[in-house]
Amino acid sequence: MSQGADAALPLGRRLRLLTARPVELAVRILAVALAVFVLLWVLAFADDALAREPRTFIVVFLNGLTLAGLYFLVASGFTLIFGLMRVVNMAHGSLYMLAGFFAFELQQDFISFDPTQGFGPPPVSTLDWVLPLLIACVAVAAIGLVMQQVFLRWNQGQDLRQALITIAISVIIADQAIAHFGGIAEEIAAPAVFPDSVDLHVYGLTYPFFRIFVLLVAIAVGITLWAAIQRTRYGMIVRAGVDDRQMVSALGINIQLVFAGAFFIGALLAGLGGVLGGTMISVDKGNDTQYLLFALIVVIIGGMGSLGGAAIGALALGLVDAFGDVYLPAGYTNYSVLLIFGLLVLVLVVRPLGLFGRPA
Amino acid sequence: MRLNTQEALRWAPGAIGVLVLALAPVLFSEFYVSAVLTKALWLGIAAASLIFLAAYAGMVSLGQVALYGVAGFTMGNLVAADGGSEIALNPWLAALLGLLAATAIGLFLGAISSRSYGIYFLMLTLAFAVLTYYFFAQVTELSGFGGINNVETPGFIGNPIADPFPLFYLTLGISLALYVAIRYLARTPFGLTLQGIRDEPDRMRALGYNVRLHRTLAFATGALIAGIAGVISVWWNTRISPGSVALPQTIDVLVIAVIGGLFRLEGAWVGALLFAVLDNEIRGVDVIGDRFNTVVGVIFLAIVLVSPGGLMGIWTSATDFLDRRLAGARRGREPAVAGRSPANPGSPPASET
Repeated sequence: MSQGADAALPLGRRLRLLTARPVELAVRILAVALAVFVLLWVLAFADDALAREPRTFIVVFLNGLTLAGLYFLVASGFTLIFGLMRVVNMAHGSLYMLAGFFAFELQQDFISFDPTQGFGPPPVSTLDWVLPLLIACVAVAAIGLVMQQVFLRWNQGQDLRQALITIAISVIIADQAIAHFGGIAEEIAAPAVFPDSVDLHVYGLTYPFFRIFVLLVAIAVGITLWAAIQRTRYGMIVRAGVDDRQMVSALGINIQLVFAGAFFIGALLAGLGGVLGGTMISVDKGNDTQYLLFALIVVIIGGMGSLGGAAIGALALGLVDAFGDVYLPAGYTNYSVLLIFGLLVLVLVVRPLGLFGRPA
Repeated sequence: MRLNTQEALRWAPGAIGVLVLALAPVLFSEFYVSAVLTKALWLGIAAASLIFLAAYAGMVSLGQVALYGVAGFTMGNLVAADGGSEIALNPWLAALLGLLAATAIGLFLGAISSRSYGIYFLMLTLAFAVLTYYFFAQVTELSGFGGINNVETPGFIGNPIADPFPLFYLTLGISLALYVAIRYLARTPFGLTLQGIRDEPDRMRALGYNVRLHRTLAFATGALIAGIAGVISVWWNTRISPGSVALPQTIDVLVIAVIGGLFRLEGAWVGALLFAVLDNEIRGVDVIGDRFNTVVGVIFLAIVLVSPGGLMGIWTSATDFLDRRLAGARRGREPAVAGRSPANPGSPPASET
């Protein structure tokens, strides 16, 4: 496809050519989104003294960035599973929530066994946080694996049926979670060795350390996944499996093992997101819906099955989410959900398969 | 016209069902008519909007509850009620405006999502549904703090709690009318085109049909049907809150449609009736009573795993089997189920554990 000298072409054709270059388009859309935000920001000048401060802008920007990190963790597992198996795991949010609850309960058990406990919140040693994290992640990954082996494996190719199966499982998990964990929002305590906040050295601002930690973990996970998919033999098989499942198995590779592994890792990532999100924000019974929605939006924006798309989508969603809450004109901040909706619509109008989406 | 056994088998259960419903005030208690039958009928309408889209247009939408929420909240805001806006229009007019709002939003969402197919469409409509819920949950100007309560109903319906029969008969009449209308619509050129698009979108496009326009219009039609369910649900509850259009309700309607049969219009009301009866019966039971959603989830899972055609699929297999036995001869019959995966013939209805 020729991509040069298209300035003389009619608009429709230029648009079509443009949509053939997703990266450039992604940049443009992000630019437009940013412009909209700046505009909103300027509008906010008029009536909100707090929003006018550059300090607020920096904090809100960091909030958006760290939220994006969390959203990426959740969505990367979702998109990995879809990309390889064409399974839309509607229970992904449920796995996220379960991991949070598991980790919280485990941590409570660990802390209450501590004989040195006095008044006030007990000190949380690193082990009291890392061990629940690991156990919860592996437990949730195991649940995901069982789900795939027992219910999804023999329905390969029937994507609607598989989606319905995972919806049924999410209904059961949601109800059981309320029965066992109650409906109160809880917070997993971060280990005591983590400082509460870090000095940003700008305007004398400090920022919660854990949120930055989540962002770093998300970046590390993203790089690891990218390297694993692009550089290892397993990743090569996964990429080949995305393109042509039958050919891969015809070459003598046990594709079922690859599927199982991908589902395990996908669920593990949901679990990791759940524990980190539970420490950063809270664990609540509504988390399953919430994070399923976030995962859906991220992959619809970024394109199903694309890791880079998930990163861009998470970034767009996180920033829109954070800025919308603060920078809308006073009295209208509760309409911020419309901004997310607008973002979704904008992307879909230009690219129905998402920024990096490819037809199946 | 001679009615043979086969046709009798196909029509008799429906006719008996309608007859029983028509005599419901004599047969059942006032409470049962209101709490189970009326509820089943309007849930059936909501499920019918989904089945209409799934069966004839191949669009499995999870946005139907959100659209009925749009209709319900629009109406709730426009009539005299506690919460929401201060406007107090005639309840019939408000209901009409509610339906218009749902159809307009449906047209818009349909235009956006008409390029997505299959599982993408499902995800997109789910995202819209959850966003709609968050919108109403956050914008309390429109949804009131704690919902819109004591919504004024039209004079004909009066107070549905004191006298449930007018609303019951109205809902029954609307259900029957919608059933006939949807069946009729499926035979019009529009309906036939939709079914063509469902099976072969590329071929239909090559034949010169505007695929996106047809899918958009189908979605708007589905939104109108869902809006009717929304209006009736508000009359029935005399209230609406963001919780009425949350994800659990979306899933309830999906469960009803799947249990009844996702590709059979009758399945909407069959599934809804079963759901409402179960809801009424199980809540009182000791251990599982509090865990109604778990029971629903398990039944849903069992139906999806055992009989993707739902109860109507099982029914069709059973009557096909009977047909052959009664006729004593093999007879080719047009497949009634549009689903790709046939139900296991003769398998019993899935039972919960």
